[in-house]
Amino acid sequence: MSTATAPRTIRPDENRKGRGASRTLLYVLLAILTLVFISPLLYMLSTSFKTTAGAAAPTPQWIPEEPTLQAYEAILGAEGTPVIRWLINSLAAATGQTLIIVVTASMAGYALARIDFRGRRILFPIIVATLFVPPVILLIPNYLIVGRLGWLDTLLAVILPGAAGAFGVFFMRQFFMGLPLELEQAAFIDGATRWRTFRTVILPLSRPALVTLALLSFLTNWNDFLWPVYVLFSPENQTLPAGLSTLQNANSVRYDLLMAGAVIASVPVLLMYFAAQRYVVEGVGRAGLKG
Amino acid sequence: MSDVAINPPAAGVATGASASRTSAVRTSARAAATRSRDNRDGWLFMAPYLVVFTAFVILPTIIGVWISLHDYDYTLAEKPFIGLDNYTGLIDGSSPFAGAFWQGMQGTAIFTVATVPLLLVLPLVVALAMNIKFRGRNFFRAMYFAPYVLGVAVVAVLWRYLLDTNIGLVNHYLGVIGLNDAIPWLTQLPWAWISLIGVTVWWTLGFNTVIYLAALQDISPELYEAAKMDGAGPWQRFRHITIPGLRPVLLFITSVTIIASVNMFGQSYLMTQGGPGQETRTAIYQIAETGLTSFNSGLASAMSMIFSVFLAIISMAVFFLFRERPDRPRKDAR
Repeated sequence: MSTATAPRTIRPDENRKGRGASRTLLYVLLAILTLVFISPLLYMLSTSFKTTAGAAAPTPQWIPEEPTLQAYEAILGAEGTPVIRWLINSLAAATGQTLIIVVTASMAGYALARIDFRGRRILFPIIVATLFVPPVILLIPNYLIVGRLGWLDTLLAVILPGAAGAFGVFFMRQFFMGLPLELEQAAFIDGATRWRTFRTVILPLSRPALVTLALLSFLTNWNDFLWPVYVLFSPENQTLPAGLSTLQNANSVRYDLLMAGAVIASVPVLLMYFAAQRYVVEGVGRAGLKG
Repeated sequence: MSDVAINPPAAGVATGASASRTSAVRTSARAAATRSRDNRDGWLFMAPYLVVFTAFVILPTIIGVWISLHDYDYTLAEKPFIGLDNYTGLIDGSSPFAGAFWQGMQGTAIFTVATVPLLLVLPLVVALAMNIKFRGRNFFRAMYFAPYVLGVAVVAVLWRYLLDTNIGLVNHYLGVIGLNDAIPWLTQLPWAWISLIGVTVWWTLGFNTVIYLAALQDISPELYEAAKMDGAGPWQRFRHITIPGLRPVLLFITSVTIIASVNMFGQSYLMTQGGPGQETRTAIYQIAETGLTSFNSGLASAMSMIFSVFLAIISMAVFFLFRERPDRPRKDAR
């Protein structure tokens, strides 16, 4: 409502024409850019409803001539490419890792921000320093560790090593540093323990930070590619991104199938993203400003 | 630290000298109790994280250095200590993997040098456009960021289709506007690099845009108003207000973009399979193949150490480049 009237009062009359023209130019530019950004995704969606021949047609069909669920049926029922299993594996891995990160990082972040324990002055710099260790250094050794633990080709290999990153701890510590001390003091005077205070006073106040961390962790794990490709071997143990790459090798010309697989791998994150768009975009923006 | 304020002020309660002394003793006893409780609580709160952190960050870092000094083949029983041989073999070229490794390093360098400037400039242009107040701004913001939330596997499979030489959309529309419609986007140079770079820019542009936008919105509008009153044109305002205002995030964006580009793997693994030949293989690709497919773990670890040294040098260079600047605007202002 107010957006419609505000520009009229603020904008001086003499500028109006020039502004209008440049505004049109701006919209044209943005529209072209949006087309470039979104049309590949729309084409992916459209192709997933095409027949095999339709997907390979020399002239692009933006709207499938013979819309069909054939690609989804083929890919969901195919032997050797158990997409439903991949979907469940991906969901389980991403959810599991996110839970571990949210619990361990909020507890550790709280200790580092608020508890004056012996060792804190040494621990915090060590944890922060590992933020600067390039992940490739851990690649080979973690493979050996996971192998020694007997976790190769299991979801544990995809869940645990990635949960050890320092980002979550650092992120939560920064957040807890910003909460006023008085909140806890009242609880302590009433005789509450640390754990109780943390659970009943601190955590409920930390919902925005916890949701942001959970979203970022989920997205990262869901989309992770390099690690699952090398630690998972059996078709039924793959996650979606790793499975998609085997699908590509097996069906290099069946683009209807590949696009159906890509849609299945994208829909959960896109839905999540559009539902929590503000959180994600603000979270990323703010992380950049603090960094 | 946080508990200091919770203890009641001891001196205020005490009256006589002896009372004051007992009170002080009692307070320090209580402080000691708080202290030991803090020590216990702190470590209890840290414990779950420390378990995973030690197992998958601290321990592997040490193991990585250790195995890089061994002829460590994962599948063989014998893993003899060979000192720096893995390193010298790679550096002087005598190792059979040296050629592939440096080819990968070169691929990474090509990709990084091409993507980083694009990912610094284009998102800034988009962010400047999006910083203008107009209706639907949040919609556009959401659109540009959307590809970024998709994983590299989806992005690569999708673009393999769009860039297909025969049935791809890209060649089709090039034909429509009368250009070469048979470009081998993924199988010949320089096209393979152009594809990998273009797709990466498409995929990640939104990330940098969002960070630029957040920074632009932190620049006070009064500065622009004041500059306008002084007769500064759009270019002067951009140079003297926008650029200095963005300086703090520029370091962040530059380092994050370099780190992401240097770690490129999935695009080349999935879109070009490292080809044609091994031209578009990156360093990470070579390290993963050497260590996890050929099981030459010691050599791959040495590769990752050399790679990390290069990365550290670049990061330091970036850091100093941006750290020395703050002197300049002051000189300009005088």
